[in-house]
Amino acid sequence: MTTGWTLFIVILTAINVVGAVWLLWVTSRRSPGEQQPGAETTGHTWDGDLREFNNPLPRWWLWMFYGTVAFAIVYLVLYPGLGSWQGTKGWTQQQQWQEQVDAAEAAAAPVYARFAGMSLAGLGGDADAMRVARNLYANNCAMCHGSDARGAKGFPNLSDGDWLYGGSEETVLATISYGRNGIMPPWGEALGEQGVEEVVAYVLSLSGLQAPADLAAAGKPRFEMFCSSCHGLDGKGMQVLGAPNLSDDVWLYGSDAAEIRYGVVNGRNNQMPAQLELLGEQKVRLLAAYILSLAPPYVEPDPAPVPSGDEPAAETPHEG
Amino acid sequence: MNHEKIETNVGLLGVLTAIAISFGGLAEIVPLYFTGQVTEPAPGVEPYTALQLEGRDIYLREGCYVCHSQMIRPLRAETERYGHYSLAGESVYDHPFQFGSKRTGPDLARVGGRYSDEWHRIHLLNPRDVVPESNMPGFPWLDEQVIDAEKTGAKMRALRSVGVPYTDEQIAAAGEEVAGKTEMQALIGYLQGLGTASKTWN
Repeated sequence: MTTGWTLFIVILTAINVVGAVWLLWVTSRRSPGEQQPGAETTGHTWDGDLREFNNPLPRWWLWMFYGTVAFAIVYLVLYPGLGSWQGTKGWTQQQQWQEQVDAAEAAAAPVYARFAGMSLAGLGGDADAMRVARNLYANNCAMCHGSDARGAKGFPNLSDGDWLYGGSEETVLATISYGRNGIMPPWGEALGEQGVEEVVAYVLSLSGLQAPADLAAAGKPRFEMFCSSCHGLDGKGMQVLGAPNLSDDVWLYGSDAAEIRYGVVNGRNNQMPAQLELLGEQKVRLLAAYILSLAPPYVEPDPAPVPSGDEPAAETPHEG
Repeated sequence: MNHEKIETNVGLLGVLTAIAISFGGLAEIVPLYFTGQVTEPAPGVEPYTALQLEGRDIYLREGCYVCHSQMIRPLRAETERYGHYSLAGESVYDHPFQFGSKRTGPDLARVGGRYSDEWHRIHLLNPRDVVPESNMPGFPWLDEQVIDAEKTGAKMRALRSVGVPYTDEQIAAAGEEVAGKTEMQALIGYLQGLGTASKTWN
């Protein structure tokens, strides 16, 4: 703030303080005790003889007011209140916040130091770690995945052992840290009305749900042409892309034909927001351990079969 | 001066009252109009896009500010939950600012990117679908009503007159940007942009 504005503030404040003192002094000059005959009244009379005396302020109130003026002057010297005046104590709200943060981090440091040396599996078996993690989960994850981690429509169930991107420790850590963006393109125009019905029927049949056999049979080649590059020829999905397994009984958006049809026609765009920046690595590790502790032990899926049969099967990627 | 003179003369009472209460405003508010920290945008802060601007108007119309603040104070409990405390320079393009004064729901100053678009849609239609204990009302009509694209350019011109640096091209393209968009899309666009500038500060 410029010197001019600082002066402006200082002068206004000084006028205000001096004015308040002057007002107190002027209105308190009269001495008490005028409840005598002939004392000054406000001139009002009620019920014939009820008069209002023009009494001075009570002394205790007056001195308290002087006290607040004195407090204000001391305060303005100690703390930043007058333009660019920093105050003799050098207090700032940023610094106070930093002290609060440092104190809290120092208090939590020994707890996290113990966690830092533990594996995710070790954390999952540690009652203290899981108590912290449960609170972190409730504050940061439950609004989408539910307080019981069973998810909701569009929000994956974390406790069933079925993983869109894989359930290895590294994958879960990456998912929480950097988020995910699962995109299925819309196929309504490419497939046409009849094509959509056929693909929907085939998708239903993949997991043994009821579907008209003729439609499902017609949908198979369409599925292989349009869908298999992400969901696989057998419909078992592809974790590297987050493409769901369509042949099991886990459904992100529901297993009825209408939901599947909506997805096929309009596509899906699902986001998991990144958490690393907000929570930091220590808390992300705790959350990963907590989530893994809820689900049954993870087993790496078999490498996807290679159609040609000549080359050896590629190693299943962890990331993705 | 005898206080009887003041108490029996409404005009004088009014003038003296105005003088007495103007001290605080003159000393605390007026200098801020000329202080860069308050009038210049914080790093990364850009004017709202046409769609976000329309979303902001939905935010005002539905009274979101009644229950949601957009002001993270420099207190650990708040920065722990919401992120970096708010800076004055983050609100320079807000006319009026949306600091709010009460939190029935959480602060929204840094809500951008915290949830997916779809989460916001479900939550705005019926909050209890994703947060069972929520007492926020649903806003199902947002998904049905379409933005009036004719007014967007005029809104941006009005904001430009109070200092938001919209270019002629942005204003000319505004109608096209919001045409056919629902109020839901606009509001989510606004919410997803809130506080995202702070991500560039580290």
